[in-house]
Amino acid sequence: MKFRAKLVDAACLNNFTRVSNMIAKLAKTCTLRISPDKLNFILSDKVANGGVSMWCELEQENFFSEFQMEGVSAENNAIYLELTSENLSRALKTAQNARVLKIKLTNKHFPCLTVSIELLSVSSSSRVVTHDIPVKVIPRKLWKDLQEPTVPDADVSIYLPVLKTMKSIVEKMKNISNHLIIEANLNGELNLKIETELVCVTTHFKDLGNPPLASENASQDRNSEQMAEVHIDIRKLLQFLAGQQVNPTKATCSKFAF
Amino acid sequence: MKCLVTGSNVKVLGKAVHSLSRIGDELYLEPLEDGLSLRTVNSSRSAYACFLFAPLFFQQYQAAIPGQDPLRCKILMKSFLSVFRSLAMLEKTVEKCCISLNGRSSRLVVQLYCKYGVRKTHNLSFQDCESLQAVFDPAVCPHVLCAPARVLGEAVLPFPPALAEVTLGIGRGHRIILRSYQEEADSTVKAMVTEMSIGGEDFQQLQAQEGVAITFCLKEFRGLLSFAESANLSLSIYFDGPGRPAIFAIKDSLLDGHFVLATLSEPDPHPQDLRAPELQQPAPQLQAHSTPHLDDFALDDIDSYMIAMETTVGSEGSRTLPSTSLSPGFQPHCSPGSHSEEEDDTEPSTVPGTPPPKKFRSLFFGSILAPAHSPQGPSPVLAEDSEGEG
Repeated sequence: MKFRAKLVDAACLNNFTRVSNMIAKLAKTCTLRISPDKLNFILSDKVANGGVSMWCELEQENFFSEFQMEGVSAENNAIYLELTSENLSRALKTAQNARVLKIKLTNKHFPCLTVSIELLSVSSSSRVVTHDIPVKVIPRKLWKDLQEPTVPDADVSIYLPVLKTMKSIVEKMKNISNHLIIEANLNGELNLKIETELVCVTTHFKDLGNPPLASENASQDRNSEQMAEVHIDIRKLLQFLAGQQVNPTKATCSKFAF
Repeated sequence: MKCLVTGSNVKVLGKAVHSLSRIGDELYLEPLEDGLSLRTVNSSRSAYACFLFAPLFFQQYQAAIPGQDPLRCKILMKSFLSVFRSLAMLEKTVEKCCISLNGRSSRLVVQLYCKYGVRKTHNLSFQDCESLQAVFDPAVCPHVLCAPARVLGEAVLPFPPALAEVTLGIGRGHRIILRSYQEEADSTVKAMVTEMSIGGEDFQQLQAQEGVAITFCLKEFRGLLSFAESANLSLSIYFDGPGRPAIFAIKDSLLDGHFVLATLSEPDPHPQDLRAPELQQPAPQLQAHSTPHLDDFALDDIDSYMIAMETTVGSEGSRTLPSTSLSPGFQPHCSPGSHSEEEDDTEPSTVPGTPPPKKFRSLFFGSILAPAHSPQGPSPVLAEDSEGEG
């Protein structure tokens, strides 16, 4: 197994750092999947326990000027590594003024992802920071649990309002209730609601727009005014919203019936 | 004793107290002829810190009432620090600070004269004590590094604030290397290892051989470093081999500060290996099998941490055997033009060019650390004379 990549562009580094920070905020350990074209960050807490699961895909070409990898074998040309997400974000944090950032898979008595950063320096001499992040290589037999989740057809799908706004609203609601009710319809309307014995607070969003639905049948059967409702743990939602550092072009919330 | 500090020096004094508070829980205040000394030592006697403020630092300085012996006292660091807790407040509102010690009263009085006629008086109780003396001499140390505090501040920036110990060494090409140090005992949870490599050109003085390295407490060092950074001073590091205390010093016309920190030494389990000639010359590359067994490492040897308490010079033996310096192949991971680009990562063995992360081996066995004869100069000794003795 081999992996070696080089990053030289400041904007790319910035984005990569933000992605890493977002992962670090969501879960303590994460899986990094390296394949010839992509890097994936995978969090797979069991959804049944109310955990957060996440699949994040980065096209390697968009970030790295050099990228070489050799997977476990020719048929299984991928590398799955488990690491502490905070280590990666901490390592990238020191790369604020980097000229060059190199990441490679190494073996220093145990497998490591070595992040090596050459810093811009005022003086003539170069400064190099190296971080050896311990990783665990995930064996081939566990790979099936870490595949891209299939997104089933949704009852309702809606574009979210600006995440920052949503975050500040949900944050205030957290003090009143542990559960949040999200209601959305195909008319671009979204409600965030909390209900307790004493009080009920609802925030209404209008004109949000809906992404085109995958299956034609579902949209025809459904009354566009009818709200689909889910109850979720407010803290988990906040964890997700707090972690968002990458400004999305579109964020979609979809509700499925199981 | 009476001294008056005015203007921006109040904040400087406050910062010094903050630095000292990183080391010990008790502050020894002693007015001397050459200035006011503030000293502290940590509970395990592995760190000693001292600031000496020259008489010119003060607007008024009176070490002792003529005819009387100068008084010394020991106060709780927490109490003294509480007076100078908020540096921002000191800078903005305090105009003068007066510290006085009267033999008759049992209180150390610290008065802060603030703006708008506000005067804050702190009466701190103290204990009489003997002088806290550490005998150390930077001139005896064979290795010296000196750099502006800013450079050292940037050097420690990549390390997490919680990191306890760091290894400082000289790598190939006269590069100064700092690396996070991890106790073997905690090997179940493997921690990230961070290494910072700086060119020797950034240093004002670099008198040390390649391969030399010492491991000391980063948290304690940060105490002095933050003071030096705020005062924009240069920081000098005088050191010997592992196991011998390292002296960190700053100096300007009005004050000087010394932090003496113990360094880690490991008793070497295979002394015969150390004498092996190939380890005495810097090898051009590291052999894959040269990595020694990591579990031979005895780290929790508290004796090796302690700055020598013995007053007798002949007890060199307690400070363990040859210490160790970094292995010959020690070099930064990505030195300019290095061969790291061609590293082959498929082999499970040690990647060439990468130093074994933890074990040190001696290059200088027999030269500096021969236990047979006592050291030339005064050995660093911390002796708090017990009461009743001379």
